[in-house]
Amino acid sequence: MTTIEPMPVIAAERPRKSFADRLRSGLPKLVLAPSFAVILIFVYGFILWTITLSFTTSRILPVYKWGGFDAYFRLWSQPNWYVAMQNLAIFGVLYIALCTAIGLFIAILMDQRIRAEGVLRPIFLYPMALSFVVTGTAWKWFLNPGLGLEHTMRNLGWESFTFDWLVNPKMAIYTVVIAGVWQASGFIMAMFLAGLRGIDGEIIKAAQIDGASTVSIYRRIIIPLLRPVFLSAFIVLAHMAIKSYDLVIALTGGGPGNATELPSTFMYSYTFNRNQMNVGSASAVMMLMGITAIIVPYLYSELREKKQ
Amino acid sequence: MSFLEIRNIRKKIGSVEILKGIDISLEKGGFLVLVGPSGCGKSTLLNAIAGLLPPSSGDIVIDGQVVTDLHPSKRDIAMVFQSYALYPNMTVEENIAFALEMRGVDKAGRAKAVAQVAKTLQIEHLLKRRPSQLSGGQRQRVAMGRALVRQPRVFLFDEPLSNLDAKLRVEVRAEIKALHQNTHATIVYVTHDQIEAMTLATKIVVLKEGIVQQVGTPAEIYNRPANLFVADFMGSPAMNMLKGRVVAGGIQLFGAGGQGVTVKIPPSVTTSIPEGSQVVLGLRPEAISDQGSADAAAAASAHIDAQVMIVEPTGSDTFVTGKLDGTTFTGRARAETVVEPGQTFRFVFNLDKAVVFDPESGSRID
Amino acid sequence: MSAAPETISAGSARFTRFFIYGALIILAIVYLLPLYVMLSTSLKSLDEIRGGDMLALPTDPSIAAWMKAWGEACIGVSCVGIKGYFWNSIKMVVPAVVISTLLGALNGYVLTKWRFPGHKLVFGMMLFACFIPFQAVLIPMARLLGLMGLSNSTTGLVMVHVVYGLGFTTLFFRNYYEAFPDELVKAAMIDGAGFFKIFWRILLPSSGPIIVVTVIYQFTNIWNDFLFGVSFSSGEASPMTVALNNLVSSSTGVKEYNVDMAAAVFAALPTLFVYVVAGRYFVRGLMAGAVKG
Repeated sequence: MTTIEPMPVIAAERPRKSFADRLRSGLPKLVLAPSFAVILIFVYGFILWTITLSFTTSRILPVYKWGGFDAYFRLWSQPNWYVAMQNLAIFGVLYIALCTAIGLFIAILMDQRIRAEGVLRPIFLYPMALSFVVTGTAWKWFLNPGLGLEHTMRNLGWESFTFDWLVNPKMAIYTVVIAGVWQASGFIMAMFLAGLRGIDGEIIKAAQIDGASTVSIYRRIIIPLLRPVFLSAFIVLAHMAIKSYDLVIALTGGGPGNATELPSTFMYSYTFNRNQMNVGSASAVMMLMGITAIIVPYLYSELREKKQ
Repeated sequence: MSFLEIRNIRKKIGSVEILKGIDISLEKGGFLVLVGPSGCGKSTLLNAIAGLLPPSSGDIVIDGQVVTDLHPSKRDIAMVFQSYALYPNMTVEENIAFALEMRGVDKAGRAKAVAQVAKTLQIEHLLKRRPSQLSGGQRQRVAMGRALVRQPRVFLFDEPLSNLDAKLRVEVRAEIKALHQNTHATIVYVTHDQIEAMTLATKIVVLKEGIVQQVGTPAEIYNRPANLFVADFMGSPAMNMLKGRVVAGGIQLFGAGGQGVTVKIPPSVTTSIPEGSQVVLGLRPEAISDQGSADAAAAASAHIDAQVMIVEPTGSDTFVTGKLDGTTFTGRARAETVVEPGQTFRFVFNLDKAVVFDPESGSRID
Repeated sequence: MSAAPETISAGSARFTRFFIYGALIILAIVYLLPLYVMLSTSLKSLDEIRGGDMLALPTDPSIAAWMKAWGEACIGVSCVGIKGYFWNSIKMVVPAVVISTLLGALNGYVLTKWRFPGHKLVFGMMLFACFIPFQAVLIPMARLLGLMGLSNSTTGLVMVHVVYGLGFTTLFFRNYYEAFPDELVKAAMIDGAGFFKIFWRILLPSSGPIIVVTVIYQFTNIWNDFLFGVSFSSGEASPMTVALNNLVSSSTGVKEYNVDMAAAVFAALPTLFVYVVAGRYFVRGLMAGAVKG
């Protein structure tokens, strides 16, 4: 520390920060601000608005008269809401489980050095490009008991073949599952395939040298390594299941009767058709809480991991 | 008067103080190398000079003008980045001309300036290519071209050679040196490589944990390191640090196991050290040699027999590591020296080149 | 690159390969069947549909149903086909995609290269907006559009899609620009380029892939949207998906399955076209939307 020379203090002029400089330093925030404001108002503000409505006595139009938890009591005393919740449970569990299982199965098959991978992959994926309304329309026709699959099978000579799920109140929700799985499983396959391709080949070589069979390599090494993909697939599917609206409308219209009611269709019909806006809002709040419970911990952990 | 001045620069990021009051000055045409281990704050300091990272306090002065609050583009500086930071969507020509374009230089003026720089750097044949079509060395040159074309007041280099392979690094290092000698540009250069620092600098600043350890010419830094850190950091193989005790008539080395060896107090020490004091004697490997290559003109030297532990021939020299009473040290012998590990070898210590440190404070004792 | 372990035993290998290809071919047929049925039905006459086999190829293919769906089919009370609705969707999709992509690019640029304290919270809030069930904003949005005089207008739908697409476009560009070297931005700053110059001259020219991904993602999502369309528009102003649903679910008159299917094909064509032309980017977009952070 002995060699630092004493510094001559020069009274040099220091330029002041000009208005242009200050504008320049604030510019990035200025550019982001409109988007953020829009999100604040149209997402968070509107959510608060909806929550507010759920505590009012609003019917056909919003009125801001305090109604307490009345709308929630009414919501949870509607048999329709229980049907919707039960259907969501059936649909959600089967949709997530089947999409994951089928997606993983196809991905593993596709990962076996398949010659025609370039031809097959788009075939499994194209349903994802379609609108739910198109999917619903196509499957509605395909499963039509009079002219669709049932008719075809009987024409082929299987006289007793019956497939009337679309019009059978007990089974109709499963047609929604079928169409939903058809649409999304290929995408889940692509996610798993990307995950499989991302696994370090040396780990597998090491396992082979250790004497593991193909089955045990998948069971003990590859599938455990795909854990993050399972999580992502779950998040995507769970969130799509809760938001599902178009598919049900196009496929069954919520029927027969209310057999395929889901929270999303419930919310829409109570709000816009049955003039019970407060109950509709309350159901929307319940949906939001469901999604928040799944998404927020996920986003939190993802954003935190990034930091490290 | 100094051209670039760094006055008491402090930088806090979060609760961590990365720069703890840095004062440096550099004359016009000087080549300042900031060197230190990773995390010492050298890149932070360079970014502060560039204006990319405003300091928490202190001032940067270029040519008498305080630029601390100025936008990077208004400081009249140019920077060569570690990754070269060539714009991938532009050709080499466009890359070099970009800064001029931003400053409103017309097309003809830009073309002329680019042509001149391309000629200097011999990259005329690369002008129409994109960065992705260039080799590492070519990219490095283009990055220098982009800085040169501006003719800025100060050039900043942020570890510009660290992405090159060993051979190319030596070549480009020589080119940078030649460039500096021809253009007399004022340069601030950051590196963690002490050889780069030694070969390029007219002035070296050794940094550690945000504090300047020593400022000096390469020779000063190398021969008279201010403290144990600088002594250890600069030079490869590192300086030998031998613990000793001041006794009547000199310094007793290798005393841990018994008598030890007493050597004369090196001539670099001019003050008197009280008897019984603990000291560290620093000797560069080239100051420890075999009898044949020992400097005969040395005023103070000592002959020490020690057991050979490791022999490392490098081709030009052979480094011999010896051990005496539990202390190891490395000396540089002639390439043709024949010696085997386990043998006893006579080392000659040239005490003219030794420096002595206080082990408590780590500072050099003069 | 492929993670597939090679099968070592030669005897079972042939059987395994046989099984793999067999399973894949059957699955591919199952996935293609609905599309095939949709197309073949749209080319059949009503008589053939009623009497024949759904899986059979049309005996006398005709595009009559397509013509009818496009220009004559009755949706609600007007019988002018779906062409008007098709254009409604185009007029809605193009501006919404352009605006949301541009804003997303700027937001991503600010959130990665011009960070400020709290940028993480801002991004987190924008990201969460991607996931909310739109039912939670439906009523306020309907009220606001009414107040602004934009209900039942394409402008209103464009605004809605821009607002609720912003989270995704910002996410895409943020993740892309996150990997864009900071040193390039620093170099451009020293070279004298300002905020917009750096964006326009340095980042945007290197953003080709992510622009394609974002545009495809937004195009597909907005074209396929039904909920906003059905909530904020009606009659002549509806987008394609709403018109298709109205056509298919109307119970008046004779059910013309071939026309329904032809209309469904029209509704599917633009996104399928994009998928066929740029499938690679399409998948990448879906993935980028699925794998967050």
